[in-house]
Amino acid sequence: MIKVKYFGMIAEATARSEERINTANIKLSTLIKTLVEKYNLKPYTLNVAVNQHLINKIEDVTVKENDEIAILPPFAGG
Amino acid sequence: MKKKKTVFIEGPVTPQFIADSIAKHQAKYSIGAHNIFLGQVRADKVEDNTVSAIEFSCYPEMAEKKLEEIREKAFEKYNLTCMHIYHSLGKVNVGEICFFVFVSAPHRTQVYDATEDIVNMVKSEVPIFGKEIFENEMHQWKVNNN
Repeated sequence: MIKVKYFGMIAEATARSEERINTANIKLSTLIKTLVEKYNLKPYTLNVAVNQHLINKIEDVTVKENDEIAILPPFAGG
Repeated sequence: MKKKKTVFIEGPVTPQFIADSIAKHQAKYSIGAHNIFLGQVRADKVEDNTVSAIEFSCYPEMAEKKLEEIREKAFEKYNLTCMHIYHSLGKVNVGEICFFVFVSAPHRTQVYDATEDIVNMVKSEVPIFGKEIFENEMHQWKVNNN
């Protein structure tokens, strides 16, 4: 089981702020591809964080049991 | 001086809050220079619409980690006595302050560069999101250009 969190315009597009998904030990890129297709996120610029750390190359990361994945739109602080 | 501090404030950063922050530092006699950056909500025009407020949200757990890293980097790089970062969450109307960075050091040379560095890091590295609300109740999501 993993937790996926959505923020800002991404949460608006998915119509939810978080969900639990019954999966683990999959490639992060596979998970993101699935979510992008499921919620039509293709038009959005997004960043991905795993356990609060921004990921540069999603191809290199494997999602593990209990990980918290965050799909983040561009930052707009300040 | 380095300790975990409250960053997020519900609603605008008020002029009174800023004044109180300055007053609190008058008991620290090693300080010779303060520098302050204030971010204010602008009434941007997008076609026929005008922004009337920004509603801020964040990813709290990640934002706190990032802000702690920024704090550590700033203290490593500059000779600071103390620094404070405050950012609004929730609705902030145009003309109100949503971002307050307060840097203090023994001498002024350090505080200018440190302030700019900290402001840039907060804008680019901290997961804060802003919904620009227009006068007609429509909205768009704010994206930082710089």
